[in-house]
Amino acid sequence: MDLIADILENRLQEQAKFKPITVEKHLELDYDLGTLLCVDKNELDSGLLSKNKEDYVQNLTRDNVQLLMNQIWSLPTEKVDDVVVVKLPKPTYILPRAKRVPKPKPPTKWQEYAKLKGIQKKKKSKLSWDEQLQKWLPLYGFKRAQAARDKDWLLEVPQNADPLEDQFAKKFEVKSERVAKNELQRLRNIAKSKNVKVPRMGLLNPDVSSAKDLQTAVTVTKSSTASIGKFQSSLPKEKEARGVAAITPGASRKRKAAPVSSEVEKTESLNAIDYVLNKKPKIDIEKAVNRRINEEQQRRSEENTSMSTSRKPKAGRKGRKCNSSSSSKKPKSGKGQRKGGSSGRKRR
Amino acid sequence: MSVIQRVVKPTTRKGKKVLLSREPQVIEGPKRTLFLQGRKASVKVRNLLNDLYDIKKPDARKLSKKNDITIFENVVPLEELCRKNETPLFVFGSHNKKRPDNIVFGRMYDYSLLDMIELGIESYNGFHEFSNSKISLGTKPCLIFSGPEWEQTDELKHLKSIFVDMFHREYVENVRLQGLEHVISFTFADGKILLRSYKVLLKKSGCSTPRIELDEIGPRIDFAIRRNKLPSEDLMKEASRKPKELKKTVKKNIIVDGLGTTHGRIHIGKQNVGKLQTRKMKGLKKTTQEKTLDKLRKRKSMDSEDHEIRKKIKRTDFY
Repeated sequence: MDLIADILENRLQEQAKFKPITVEKHLELDYDLGTLLCVDKNELDSGLLSKNKEDYVQNLTRDNVQLLMNQIWSLPTEKVDDVVVVKLPKPTYILPRAKRVPKPKPPTKWQEYAKLKGIQKKKKSKLSWDEQLQKWLPLYGFKRAQAARDKDWLLEVPQNADPLEDQFAKKFEVKSERVAKNELQRLRNIAKSKNVKVPRMGLLNPDVSSAKDLQTAVTVTKSSTASIGKFQSSLPKEKEARGVAAITPGASRKRKAAPVSSEVEKTESLNAIDYVLNKKPKIDIEKAVNRRINEEQQRRSEENTSMSTSRKPKAGRKGRKCNSSSSSKKPKSGKGQRKGGSSGRKRR
Repeated sequence: MSVIQRVVKPTTRKGKKVLLSREPQVIEGPKRTLFLQGRKASVKVRNLLNDLYDIKKPDARKLSKKNDITIFENVVPLEELCRKNETPLFVFGSHNKKRPDNIVFGRMYDYSLLDMIELGIESYNGFHEFSNSKISLGTKPCLIFSGPEWEQTDELKHLKSIFVDMFHREYVENVRLQGLEHVISFTFADGKILLRSYKVLLKKSGCSTPRIELDEIGPRIDFAIRRNKLPSEDLMKEASRKPKELKKTVKKNIIVDGLGTTHGRIHIGKQNVGKLQTRKMKGLKKTTQEKTLDKLRKRKSMDSEDHEIRKKIKRTDFY
């Protein structure tokens, strides 16, 4: 029996050395296992904290970690590549995002049109077999330009065309025009999506422009000088394009007067005539009186001057004529009014 | 008319990739942190920045040069730096007479400041002062907040959120049990924040759950709270909005039972029993008399309607 008692005692002593797995807390802790977060709302023991801060904090943390680990160990586990892995639940602690929630991109003009018409995008393979060159040619990208050069090393001059015209240059120009148009459409789509008003362009393509387009182009180009077209001479009977004024700074905005009915016109003109005929001369009494007084004063002064030329001025009365109200004392400081605001030195 | 923003297309494929990665995503990756110092920084502050940088390492950027900025007066240069380095989180260290050993923790939302809190270092023991074994780089730490005050004031709530944001690393689905080896504890005691970092030792306990022992690895920091700049409620709400795509939409009336078969429930409007076509029988057919009666009844009702309409018209005429 002694032996058993000894063993039990030893066991108890050993257990006393280590802290147990179970921890008792006054309040339940809040866990968020998804973020491995644990919040302990229990009051701290201020006595122990002041006595030995580090030990107390370490023990407190140990207990909390033990509780957190107990929770984690109770989650379902898996075995991946001989390693025991625990599956964490979704985090519940909400953290702010770094950037805004992405908005869906507004569709381009083509996308809108395609949707309306039910046009669907076809997937094209990047390489296609060329019979002429007996080669796989890329649709775009690397080695595409070389392939095009290899293929079109000779160009036919079409019938009725100028034989001296450079067909290669023409082809290049057509392509650059296409690229420019594409870029323009891209920018227009961006402007549309950002809700920016874009100034009217000049002439997009001279080959397919109508008379109306040409007129707009003329108006826009004329207003595209530094002085927004103020000093541009115009042809006789030249007309400005319509609907350009709102977006072109130089173009004048003409507003047509509304048509006037004959009755209204008649009454308006009659009123005007009445107004002119019924005019009466205005008499400003104050002004008249003032004028009268002025005249009299002038007459009197003339008389005075004629009298005074015969007399000599008095010798003694030469000195300064001081204003009696102003004192001769120096102004002293600190007696004036302050300008207000807080009193005292400005403190930061 | 405002000037149109210049919209430049990326010239290289790599550049395009970079620009795409900077666009807002539905599911965001781990937030990167920028570590930088102000006009002057004491040794303490610099060491602390280094230590925190070591803890954060793969998702962090450290600027070694001094920056002539005071973020509480003008936050714009800092926002610019964060935009340039793509770091929504920042830790700013400075030192001056009025606020010695100063550290500001903060974060950005959409490249502009969300919130920041200034802390003063009261006492500090760095990584290197602890000779214990270290942890491996990039482990996801357990975060422990102790003290009832963390939930009580607005400032501490935000500070807790910032700390979680900064140290939780990233969301993971699976965690290796042996890999849970780092604990960062934040204790609020006597108006101070005690930041401690421990290594977790898993000891045998006799059952499946291990017994936990802690070993301090540093840094050991005591912070005092100084100034702060907290966001408005609207901004915080906007920032913590969950994208529509991630929200779970519950489909009604569909149940999956224990065996994995789905059951649906369908609602149908009330059935009109009166119009139900029953079996046709000769005996139930209407006689000619009944038919004429029915017709007459119909006409009568039509006539009465007509009469009412006429009455109405008359009334309106009268007015």
